[in-house]
Amino acid sequence: MIAYLDFEEPIKELREQLEKTKEVSEKSKVDVSKAIHDIEKKIKDVTVEIYSNLTPWQRVQVSRHPNRPYTLAYINAITEGTFIEMHGDRTVKDDKAMVGGFGMIDGQSVMLIGQQKGINTKMRQYRNFGMANPEGYRKAMRLMKLAEKFGRPIVTFIDTPGAFPGLEAEERGQGEAIARNLFEMMKLRVPVICIVIGEGASGGALGIGIGDKVLMLENSWYSVISPENCSTILWRSWDHKVEAASALKLTSEDMLANKLIDGVIKEPCGGAHANETEMFSTVKKEILKQIEKLSAMEPEKRIDARIKKFSSMGVVAS
Amino acid sequence: MGWFKRIKEGITTKSTDKKEIPEGNWYKCPECKKVLTSQEHADTLWVCPSCSHHERIGSDEYFYILFDDGKYKELFANLTSADPLNFVDTKKYADRIKATMAKTELGDAMRCGVGTMNEREIVVACMDFNFIGGSMGSVVGEKFAKSVDYAIKHRSPFICISKSGGARMMEAGFSLMQMAKTSAKLTQLADAGLPYISILTDPTTGGVTASFAMLGDFNIAEPKSLIGFAGPRVVKETIGKDLPEGFQRAEFVLEHGFLDLIVDRQHIKEKLTSIFKMLLG
Ligand SMILES: [Zn+2]
Repeated sequence: MIAYLDFEEPIKELREQLEKTKEVSEKSKVDVSKAIHDIEKKIKDVTVEIYSNLTPWQRVQVSRHPNRPYTLAYINAITEGTFIEMHGDRTVKDDKAMVGGFGMIDGQSVMLIGQQKGINTKMRQYRNFGMANPEGYRKAMRLMKLAEKFGRPIVTFIDTPGAFPGLEAEERGQGEAIARNLFEMMKLRVPVICIVIGEGASGGALGIGIGDKVLMLENSWYSVISPENCSTILWRSWDHKVEAASALKLTSEDMLANKLIDGVIKEPCGGAHANETEMFSTVKKEILKQIEKLSAMEPEKRIDARIKKFSSMGVVAS
Repeated sequence: MGWFKRIKEGITTKSTDKKEIPEGNWYKCPECKKVLTSQEHADTLWVCPSCSHHERIGSDEYFYILFDDGKYKELFANLTSADPLNFVDTKKYADRIKATMAKTELGDAMRCGVGTMNEREIVVACMDFNFIGGSMGSVVGEKFAKSVDYAIKHRSPFICISKSGGARMMEAGFSLMQMAKTSAKLTQLADAGLPYISILTDPTTGGVTASFAMLGDFNIAEPKSLIGFAGPRVVKETIGKDLPEGFQRAEFVLEHGFLDLIVDRQHIKEKLTSIFKMLLG
């Protein structure tokens, strides 16, 4: 089912108008092709207008759009059915909020890993809303080490409202699991590309986010906390999420301007959900381009550059 | 540390072996209600002599505890927050920083020092919870990074004492990336073959736990310290019931396999000395 965000209302109305016009034309056999053409053009114009003026909070809404593609949709499209999903951290269990495995992209084998959200109510529970437990981070690390062993590049897809803050997650060392990944990912000898495709919330996102190239989709967000939680803590009320979204400078443009990511991937007009095929193809091209560039570097140089990049992040006065 | 005025020294050169506390101040243990003079409390390294409650202390006190004769050279004391995002919530972050600096006489939530501990040169980074909840922003990350560089250059072991509520929200993405930055620097320290001891104190949570605090060659905690990724309030909300007794306390974290040792504050200096002797000779 197609869902619309509050600010997408004009698009929704035009789409409904378009459907009605089509119905009329089928029933009455009247030629309405011009009217249809006009409405389609109008939909495009309105979409462009809305989507070129999104506020940070609206970006956050788009990043959580119910129709937005999730990690496995990207992986399946990009690897054209060759993806072999692997399971388990070999210690505790298989975390359904974190997926990963090898797949072929245009004849090259690549390790693909990411947080996975559920596509319906039942699956959202099954995927724990994309909130991984420690075993998810440890599964991701196991697969990254495997990719390193066979000299295959790694691509991670980041899409999480945060690492799961549960009792068992604490017992099994959520903090240690994320910390270990930050440390180990710094030293991986193969190219690592990280793409924030939706929500990049806090340490839970960063736990698979240490890469030679860290990219964000245009309408994704990446920060230390969600706007809602930031509002609750700093304003002591849920009501300031819009202000918090602006203050956090969490959009792809802001993150790039602050040199905290390496690039922004444009989304189709109307967001990733408006044209998935185009989105998948853009992401695939970007991955191939980055793999080619990064593969040309010696592993030691790549690791050095990765460590230097993250070591230089931050702004201080003296 | 409301009960005594922090003695501001800049580059410290203390020669007494006893921390001088202004007279006439009292301390009441929140656990067993025992009353001590502040001087007596300082003499027991801010640990209650009857119930062993470890009071929260700051970098000044930890440096006094670890360094020989309390003597050390402070490093990178000039670094302060730049407010890179011009962040405003209910007040301006810049004003919050200024007010906190004035109130605490601290530059930010971490201080770094170099000196000797039982005659071995060590580099110590120590967090101050009084400074915006010991939160990690760019200054904490940069001081940590520079301290690691200093340790590598001088072939010194590195100790970090954590006491933090996590990342500093007012630096948003910059704060988040300090987790990556500090972890990146620890790979360099490891490559240099130098020991890194992480001391986790009450409380150590959030992004600090999920980065450098959990990455020690030795992870050592003070007794009963709260240590976790998500804070207990958040975990309680998530599971919708009361948390078990002792949840996320140092003893619990050790039982689950994430700490090597729990060491009383009175024994930390000798324990660290033994560890370095075993690692480095
Ligand atoms: Zn007591």
